[in-house]
Amino acid sequence: MVTIDAKGVYYRQLNDQIKEYIAKGEKHITLNNICGQYYIATGIKSDVKIEINGVPGQDLAALMNGPTLIVHNNAQDTIGNTMDAGKIVIHGLAGDVLGYGMRGGKMHIKQDVGYRVGIHMKSYKEKIPVIIAGGKAGDFFGEYMAGGVLILLGMDSVRPEMPIVGDYLGTGMHGGVMYIRGKIDLERCGKEVGVDKLDKTDMKLLKGYLKEYCKDFKLDINEILKEEFSKVFPKSKRPYGTLYCY
Amino acid sequence: MHYEKDISGCGLSGFIDKSKKRVSGEEIIKSIALQHDRGNGLGGGFAAYGIYPDFPDHYAFHIMYDDMDALTHTEELLNKKLQIEHHEKIQVRNTPKIKTHPILRRYFVKPNPSTEDLELLDIKSIDDDDFIVRLVMHINEKIRGAFVFSSGKNMGAFKGVGFPEDIAEFFRLDEYKGYIWTAHNRFPTNTPGWWGGAHPFTLLDWSIVHNGEVSSYGINKRYLEMFGYKCTLYTDTEVITYILDLLVRKHGLSKELACKVLSSEFWKNIDKMPTREQKIHKALRMVYGSALLNGPFAILFAYSNGIIGLNDRVKLRPLVVGYKGDRVYMSSEESAIRIIEPNLDRVFAPVAGEPVIVEFDEEV
Repeated sequence: MVTIDAKGVYYRQLNDQIKEYIAKGEKHITLNNICGQYYIATGIKSDVKIEINGVPGQDLAALMNGPTLIVHNNAQDTIGNTMDAGKIVIHGLAGDVLGYGMRGGKMHIKQDVGYRVGIHMKSYKEKIPVIIAGGKAGDFFGEYMAGGVLILLGMDSVRPEMPIVGDYLGTGMHGGVMYIRGKIDLERCGKEVGVDKLDKTDMKLLKGYLKEYCKDFKLDINEILKEEFSKVFPKSKRPYGTLYCY
Repeated sequence: MHYEKDISGCGLSGFIDKSKKRVSGEEIIKSIALQHDRGNGLGGGFAAYGIYPDFPDHYAFHIMYDDMDALTHTEELLNKKLQIEHHEKIQVRNTPKIKTHPILRRYFVKPNPSTEDLELLDIKSIDDDDFIVRLVMHINEKIRGAFVFSSGKNMGAFKGVGFPEDIAEFFRLDEYKGYIWTAHNRFPTNTPGWWGGAHPFTLLDWSIVHNGEVSSYGINKRYLEMFGYKCTLYTDTEVITYILDLLVRKHGLSKELACKVLSSEFWKNIDKMPTREQKIHKALRMVYGSALLNGPFAILFAYSNGIIGLNDRVKLRPLVVGYKGDRVYMSSEESAIRIIEPNLDRVFAPVAGEPVIVEFDEEV
């Protein structure tokens, strides 16, 4: 286990240092005094665990393949862009465009997330990306979603006055599934999605995902399951099939 | 003229001390410098409020001149139109990062309209602010090579071509003390990088720093021209400053409603509002349709009493707000706030079109 003091260290040097440790076979790296450094764990293929103290910068874990990241503070925008495998746990809130084109791995966020979360997530066979946020989400949640799972709890939020999820929910969605705690206003959804109750298979899946989430943040799953969830799903696999040929 | 086009991501930062405690520029410099990579060295700038306590009631003109000819012409005009209490070179520090710069002068002035001016306008008297706006517009439009880049009371803009931390060193901003600071790191995409085109854009005590682009620039510009505003700085952001001056100072709209003009409610949401609100928002959209800003933006808008953060209607640019004691911080990135205040009481990201308005506790 190694610790890096990142105070005042430019992102390039920091990421070079992290990569050197990983190349030497290091399995647990702690980064202290992180403040806005970009691209942490971006493109890294390894089973390393990286703990981050401080707010990491944009493009955290882009194209990441395997590592586990624990962020002990808030995080910023564009986390897990095209992420392939691994896990990100954020003990705070996170920004916009999380999991853009994400195609595997897990992202657990304790509190709110911003706009365009889970935009164009996709899945293939056993690769099913999962994002769970314990707070609320902004507009365009799951926009153009093609696969994977988005779960939103709306429980741990810095904006209690806001609705659990913003406008244009699932616009252009054509794959995957969302489970959102509470009722969903259909008027705020994209016209490509349907909203329904969860069936037995859904409940089994949801409980499985939530069990791991609750372990990460020391939460009581029964408390979460006290309220009924809504399932948001694509009505068509090809919503724009006739857009240019009618 | 230097022209660059590249992919974008400007950076912003700003804060207010609600108790009006004046703080040195060092903090805002640190905050914007952390976002160094959001810019490309083609523009950096700052606005600071409370920096001229020796001349609180004078308009502080900051003017950049391309050459002595422009300076002579402008000063001739200033001498005619204004009482100049004090004038000086803007003190700068030599730094290898800022290789060339225009001639920079500062004037503390009060309007001095002549009978001839008033006869020309066919009026008996003119409001001080209106007179100053007309003069700034006249200089910026008519005098080649002269630009008034700051014209408010007890505030000033400092800007140029370079990274913001280098611009700050050049203008010696660590030596100024203010109770509101904003900063901008520019990554010009559609318009040239030149000294006058750096942010903030100011008029009277309004100042704007902006990340994004104003796709409605043409409509906004033509609309503003009807009210005598001249867009002369080759940059879209300029229109936001003039729109706010028009809406708030001239038309008396509240700051909240002015923000709803810039970042208006969608019709589908207006339809769901209670009747009174519906009427207000419909009226705003109908009367001020040409002042709506289309395109992605996050802006910080400062004035003598406060600071406002605002996003576009679908939030295509980042903006984070942090609170600590008397201070409220707004920035493109949370880390840029944490670098100067690691222990925030509260952090949140405003939603699309949600203005965050922070004013001083009471008029001091």
